[in-house]
Amino acid sequence: MMELWYALVDWLLPFEWADADKLLFMKNALLAVLLISPIFGILGTMIVNNRMAFFSDALGHGAFTGIAIGSFLGFLMPLWAAIFFSIVFSLAITVIKNKSRGSTDTIIGVFSSTAIAIGLVLMSLRSGMGKYSGYLVGDLLSITPLDILMLLGVLVAVIVLWLALFNQMLLVSVNQSLAGSRGIDTLYIDILFTTAIAVIVTVAIQWIGLLLINSLLVLPAAAARNITINIRQYHLASILIAIFSGITGLILSYYLDTSTGATIVLVSALCYFTTLTFKARFA
Amino acid sequence: MPCNKHELNCQRECCGLCCTKIENFSVTYGKTQVLKDVNLHIHCGELTAIIGPNGAGKSTLLKALLGEVKHTGQLRFMDAKGAHGVSPLIGYVPQHLNLDNGSPTSVLDLFIACRSRSPVWLFSTKGIRKKALESLDKVKAGHLIDRRLGALSGGELQRVMLALALDPVPQILLLDEPVSGIDQNGLELFYNTLSELKENYDLSIILVSHDLELVLKHADRVVLLNGTVICNGKPEAVFSDERMLKIFGMGWLKEVNADRNNEKGS
Repeated sequence: MMELWYALVDWLLPFEWADADKLLFMKNALLAVLLISPIFGILGTMIVNNRMAFFSDALGHGAFTGIAIGSFLGFLMPLWAAIFFSIVFSLAITVIKNKSRGSTDTIIGVFSSTAIAIGLVLMSLRSGMGKYSGYLVGDLLSITPLDILMLLGVLVAVIVLWLALFNQMLLVSVNQSLAGSRGIDTLYIDILFTTAIAVIVTVAIQWIGLLLINSLLVLPAAAARNITINIRQYHLASILIAIFSGITGLILSYYLDTSTGATIVLVSALCYFTTLTFKARFA
Repeated sequence: MPCNKHELNCQRECCGLCCTKIENFSVTYGKTQVLKDVNLHIHCGELTAIIGPNGAGKSTLLKALLGEVKHTGQLRFMDAKGAHGVSPLIGYVPQHLNLDNGSPTSVLDLFIACRSRSPVWLFSTKGIRKKALESLDKVKAGHLIDRRLGALSGGELQRVMLALALDPVPQILLLDEPVSGIDQNGLELFYNTLSELKENYDLSIILVSHDLELVLKHADRVVLLNGTVICNGKPEAVFSDERMLKIFGMGWLKEVNADRNNEKGS
C-alpha cells in the first residue's frame, strides 16, 4: 500500500521530496496530514457550534494524563491506556455537566487542571520530564505507516458517526429540550460526541502535541463559519481550510526547518484572520 | 384551587374532544421544591396561558411535561377517539436557542435535521425544501428559509420555531415565550397565528407568557402559578382575583386600562 503512495508522490510532486527513497518520512507525514486534517475539520464544526473549545482543550489534558498513567503502570502501548482514561475523563465531565446546574466553565476548569497536574506529577515521579516533553509539542514527522493505518480507521469512524448521528447532534446543540421533545436521547448523543473527541485527541496528541491540538480542532471551523451561512458550506469550508493549512504548513515547515504542528496552526490562524475580513458579507 | 364552577365541573369529566390532565405534578431540584401538586385540566382547542412571577416554576412545568425534568405525578391524555393512555405527540417552542449566534446553521438546516434522516452536511433535497417552505408559510416565515438562525430577530425566530413544532401537527403544543426581545408587531402576529391554529387543528396549547396584556386578550384560560396552581380559570376571573393583584401589584392593571381607554379614544 505505502509503495503505491510513494510512487504517487514521486510522480505528482516535482520537488526534492520525490528524490528516490530519501525522504520517506515527509511522504508519510503528507499522507497523515491528508487523513488527519479532514477529521479535525469535521469535528471542529460541532465543537465550535457548541462553544466547546474549552472542553476539547481539557480533553487534550486528559489524554496527556492518560499517557502518563499508561506508561506509569508499565504498559508497552501507553496509547490504549490513554484512550481508556480519556474516555473515562470525558464521560465524567459530560455526566457532571448534565446533572449539575452550575457553570460548565468551572467544572471543565477543575477537571482539566486536576488532570494535567496528575499527569505531570506521575511523569516527574518516574523518570523526569524530558522523556515526555514530546507529548507537549508532538512530532508529525515521526509517524509510521502503522499509525497512518490507524488514522484511516479513525477518519472512517468519524464519517460513519457523522452520517448516522449528525442531525441529532445538531438538534441537541440547537436546544436540548427541543431535541428531547423530538424523542432524542440527549445525554446519549452528548456522550457519543465527546467520546469521539476524546479518542481522536488522544490518538493525535503524539503527533500534534498537547499545546497545539486544540488549535487544529478549533481554527478551521472558526475560519469556516466566518464565510458560510449553512451547514453544508460550513463543513465544506472547514474541511478545505483544514487540508489547505495542513499541506501548506507541512511544506513550509520542511523548507523553513520549523516545528510542523506549529507551522500548520499558524497557517490556520492566517486563514482565520483572512476570512474574518470577509465576515460582514456573510452576516 | 378553581376559580369558578365551570372549572369544577370540568375537573370531574372530560368535556372536550380530547383532553389532557396534569395530575399531582411535583418537581424537586436538590432540596428545593420548585413545583408542588400541580393539578390542571387542559382543554383541546383552547389556549391555556401560564403566568406567574419569576421563579414560579413555569418553564420547569413545561420541561416536566416534556419529560426532561424528573417529576412525580402523571400526565394523562385522552385523544379525540376516546382512547386513554396513549402518549400524546408534543410540540415544543423553546424560550431561546443554546446555539451560538455566529453559527452557520440556516432555518432549512434545522428543518432537515428534524424531519429527515439524510445528514444535513451532505444532502439537501428539493422535497425537503418544499415541505419546509410549506410549514414556514403557515406562520408567514417562508422568506426566512435560507437565513442563519443567529441572524433572525426574536419574533422571527419564535415563528420559525413554531413552524417547526407544528411539523408534524402535535396534540399538545408547549410554548415558552421569551421574556424580552420580541417587538410588539411580532407578538401580535404570533398570537394571531396561535388563534388560527386553535381553529384549524385539534390541539391544546399551553403557553408560558410574560405579557399579561396579550394573555388577557388572547388566552381562553389562565393559570396563575407560583410553586403550585394559585388560581385557574377564565382570564377575566383570574385577572380580577385578589391573589393575582397581590403577586403582580396594581401597576400593570392601570396600564391595561389606560391602553383600553386610548383605543376607545382613537
